[in-house]
Amino acid sequence: MTAETSVKKPANWLLSIWRSIRVPLVAIILALIIGAIILLVTGVSPIKAYLALFKGAFGSTKYLQRTLEKTTPLIFSGLAVAFAFKAGLFNIGAQGQLLLGAITSAFIGFSLKGLPPVLHISLALIGGGLAGAFYGFIPGMLRSFTGAHEVITTIMLNYVAINITDYLADGPWKDTSPGNVVAMTPQIEQSARIPFIGPVPVGFLIAIVISVLIWYILGKTNLGFEIRTVGLNPHAAKYAGMRTKMILVLTLVISGLLAGIGGAVETQGVVYRYQPGFNTGLGFDGITIALLGRTSPLGVIPAALLIGAMKAGSNVMQFEAGVAKEILDVIQALMLFFVSADMIVRWIIRVRKESAEEVTLTTSWGQK
Amino acid sequence: MTSSSLSQVKTYSFWYRYKRYIIPSVLATLLLIAIIIFYRLNPAVTQAVLASTIRQSTPLILGALCGILCERAGIVNIGIEGQMLLSAWTAYMMNVWSGNLLLSVIVGALTGALLGMLLAFTSVTLKLNQIIGGTVINILALGLTGFLYQTGMTTKGKLQPIPLGGLADIPLVGPVLFNNPPITYTAIALVFLLQIYLFMTPWGLRTRSVGEHPRAADTLGINVFRTRYINTIVGGAIAGLAGAFLTLEAVGSFERGMTNGRGFVALAVMIFGKWNPIGAWLAALLFGFANAMQTQFQFMGTFDIPHQFIGIIPYVLTIIVVSGFVGRSRPPAAEGEPYEKE
Amino acid sequence: MEPNYVLETKNICKDFPGVKANVDVDIQLKTGEILAILGENGAGKTTLLNIIYGLYSQDSGEILLNGKSSPIKNPNDAIKAGIGMVHQHFMLVPVFTVLENIILGSEVLWGPFINKSKARQKIIELSNLYGLEVDPDTVVEDIPVGVQQRVEILKALYRHANILILDEPTAVLTPQETNDLFGIIKILKEQGVSIVFITHKLKEVLEIADRIIVMRRGKVVGETIPSETSEKELANMMVGREVLLQVEKGIAQPKEIVFEVKHLTVKGSSQMHTVHNVSFEVRAGEILGLAGVQGNGQTELVEAITGLRKPDEGMIILDGKTMPIQSPRVMVENGMAHIPEDRHKHGLVLPYELTDNFVLCTYYQQPYSRGAIRDEKAILENAVELIQRFDVRTPSPHSIAGNLSGGNQQKVIVGRELSRPVKIVIANQPTRGLDVGSIEYIHKTLVKMRDQGVAVLLISAELDEIMGLSDRIAVMYRGQIVATVNAADTSREEMGLLMAGLKQQQSE
Repeated sequence: MTAETSVKKPANWLLSIWRSIRVPLVAIILALIIGAIILLVTGVSPIKAYLALFKGAFGSTKYLQRTLEKTTPLIFSGLAVAFAFKAGLFNIGAQGQLLLGAITSAFIGFSLKGLPPVLHISLALIGGGLAGAFYGFIPGMLRSFTGAHEVITTIMLNYVAINITDYLADGPWKDTSPGNVVAMTPQIEQSARIPFIGPVPVGFLIAIVISVLIWYILGKTNLGFEIRTVGLNPHAAKYAGMRTKMILVLTLVISGLLAGIGGAVETQGVVYRYQPGFNTGLGFDGITIALLGRTSPLGVIPAALLIGAMKAGSNVMQFEAGVAKEILDVIQALMLFFVSADMIVRWIIRVRKESAEEVTLTTSWGQK
Repeated sequence: MTSSSLSQVKTYSFWYRYKRYIIPSVLATLLLIAIIIFYRLNPAVTQAVLASTIRQSTPLILGALCGILCERAGIVNIGIEGQMLLSAWTAYMMNVWSGNLLLSVIVGALTGALLGMLLAFTSVTLKLNQIIGGTVINILALGLTGFLYQTGMTTKGKLQPIPLGGLADIPLVGPVLFNNPPITYTAIALVFLLQIYLFMTPWGLRTRSVGEHPRAADTLGINVFRTRYINTIVGGAIAGLAGAFLTLEAVGSFERGMTNGRGFVALAVMIFGKWNPIGAWLAALLFGFANAMQTQFQFMGTFDIPHQFIGIIPYVLTIIVVSGFVGRSRPPAAEGEPYEKE
Repeated sequence: MEPNYVLETKNICKDFPGVKANVDVDIQLKTGEILAILGENGAGKTTLLNIIYGLYSQDSGEILLNGKSSPIKNPNDAIKAGIGMVHQHFMLVPVFTVLENIILGSEVLWGPFINKSKARQKIIELSNLYGLEVDPDTVVEDIPVGVQQRVEILKALYRHANILILDEPTAVLTPQETNDLFGIIKILKEQGVSIVFITHKLKEVLEIADRIIVMRRGKVVGETIPSETSEKELANMMVGREVLLQVEKGIAQPKEIVFEVKHLTVKGSSQMHTVHNVSFEVRAGEILGLAGVQGNGQTELVEAITGLRKPDEGMIILDGKTMPIQSPRVMVENGMAHIPEDRHKHGLVLPYELTDNFVLCTYYQQPYSRGAIRDEKAILENAVELIQRFDVRTPSPHSIAGNLSGGNQQKVIVGRELSRPVKIVIANQPTRGLDVGSIEYIHKTLVKMRDQGVAVLLISAELDEIMGLSDRIAVMYRGQIVATVNAADTSREEMGLLMAGLKQQQSE
């Protein structure tokens, strides 16, 4: 959704950064203001609430750790959505892909014993990634070969994933240790757990590395060029000899892979098992983060930090200021609204008589 | 003039016009026979399943009608889920507060209409990508209902079935079709109303033109923007009715996330029904039937299938429909594109 | 003193960002007159007419009807004032019937329902009165373009138009259909309808118009009548300088066959869009023109032979090798260059910089990439060189393609395609929508390629372009090649007959 900069001058580097972040910044501030108004109306002091929120996110090492823990899967989810956006695809299935990745990673984590940590961690991560990739493959194939719009197929697959993981966690993969009645898998082995460096989960570092990797792939490789071309003009891509159908499938596969790894990292780094009811709504979080980060793989990181901080701090906010945490969902929706409305409005004014400059997201239910 | 070009003009024979109704007619007849046989075998269960079919299909058809109105005018609405959810909550709260069921239903419809106006605003005026607009509505509804919901509210009753006189006494058909609560009747009436509206009235013609070729409509003096606004708002009201149905007619109380994907399944119903109210109604009945059978199997415990596998049936069915495995269909040509006056 | 003009505009001004579309435009239309407005693409003719019809509003100036100032703010006002407009790209809803399209917005009611039988009656009446034959109950997307145009005219007449505006009406017609249209226009004139006719075709203007107004760069630059002017004079007025109406070229020296199409069949989306058993060949050093009115399968044919569409039957042989279907990349690697019909849709990625657009087809090859990684330096150097070589007017190689003018965008495409070692150039409507300067440049370039031994396949709806550039011409009609002739031996009239399918070639 971003127009490439027209003239590259090294001196304008700072200016272009400002230009990139001012839209999301305004969106965030506007959303926080309206959120404050809602809080006032329900009789709560917004200052108290926001301060508690901030404290809960960054106020201590323990809180900081929780923020980073929450942020990590969000980075992956945001990356997954942003990556798909580049090809003009709307991947709302990050949640389902993440769940499958999480439970697969848990399975590898608890069923294999006696492995050296490096091997076990890698296997579980890869397994989770592959599960997610597979779950991105399905809507990718459907989209390329039947024209089925990925918005509906991925949302449906989310519900299917919830059901399947519920079943597995309550059935064949249930924790059968004595006294357990809850639907969840056994804990994963120590050797599969991702360590910490101080308060920083290594999973967070992995997320940063992968973000940079994705940024590089998109900007500097032929594959990235092909993906972006398909997103901006699929007809020209075809004319250029690019295999658009395969590219779309590959994009969703990679997108699913990213989400799957996100789920695996959550399992191996935080929860140490698979438990249903974990992180619902992540699919929509991913969209907000991707747009706040202006669909740039690097922009996703600060955006995810923002949302992650909000989620982490919500407990303290609820406890100290008595505010139900769902207000953050409302604020998030407002952020999404403002960041996308703002971008589109500005884009329209600037690009009056030219053809569409934005990524050609399919707007209809797909006729071949 | 060159009469050669006129002779190339296609004439539509009887066969061409009606051949597509052959297969559905045969299937319908077979279905009818099957129902009669099952009724003979086990009247109570057959009746329960059919009644459940109607019940399950009502929110789906209302959601699909909303989708049809919006998309026929050129607006893709994936926020039906959010419209249903928020309306369900507002209708419920109105009932708790006032005890007046009619008022509560109206409040539900108004909520849907308001969200419809929001979608129209983002799509038509701001020219925002319509899928993002719909997503915003979904997240907003999820957030607002979660935030404002409090447990332990007591409703003051729910909408009761209204038997339609002698018709309700006909065996099987009577209790299933003619002894239903008001929103269910309204849904069925709306199907026929919208069918007539879209295909036999001038406003329906204009709506469809706006969805197919808005510039052509514009050059004939039709206000594209106003048409899209009105259709999206009215569609929203219908989706609001679906929400009111859930809390005031079906369940009797509110729960977080109670729509559970129905708004998206409604989109599949709309596509399956080829953007046609009567077609969508048949599709909704089909989906409703699948849901009813799912509950029935669980209840009877006939097959030893974990309930989650039955639970995924509507979603898998939706994927199958949307992928065109049950026939290709053409949506309104100009849908999803913001209209530029240039 | 002055006769009352049925329509007059005074000092109409309209600006769009970056361009003054109309500057102080004064025109007058007398009752029962056929007024032609002539001008190049971008001269402002369509803008003016859109203002008269209420689709745009002018920044300043007024519109007078029968001497009275009449503000027209939207098409409804125009329709009420008796103005009807037939747009260049038809404003017909494809899935509606003829009847539905005609009555849309002006429906006759029976209670809350549409009264179709009454409407049908009126349409048949009008149709007979003006000689516009249509079948009211056919679906518009199934009828040929000439009939669709009649529907458009009927739309205006149904609303009691007494001023009819036609925007480039002959762009999509065969010479025969154009004659039919002129016949209809004369009938309308007899019935008292005043007509404004936009075109850029000089011959037509001289044939049908009562009066001619020439526009250039948003201004009215001349007014005359056919008996007092000539094609050359009109062309000069349109462009503002001496215009070379003929393309200068020497005799062709065709050599071996480079490109062959055998028994190509493409089943298109409707009756109108099929290709049926087409065969032809192009030799090195010759220009083969594919003539025919738009909509006779040319688009589908070109898509099939360039790998953008799957043919149902047939073979494509390039440089002696049979090409796999639907693989533009293999074609490119074997020496095909394709200048596409729609430069915004296929030819360029508008949001990309020129650097990326220049390597759109070759980015994966060396030197533009090493393995999977792109070499941005090499890509930039390539762009700089091509901008120079092909005279692309742009401030920087990093400019966004969408910001360039149409002519320069086309030069980017031409530069990209022709800077590779090519054996055949497929140029599809290469000069559509361009200014005269760019048109001249592209024509010169194509002839130069031919003289260097490249085979050129030129597809164009402009008969003059085809006849001026081609050595041989293949005529397409209803999806088939009905004749292949030598350009030098064939007259314009003969071409017209062939394009309308009215004359079949005797020999094989």
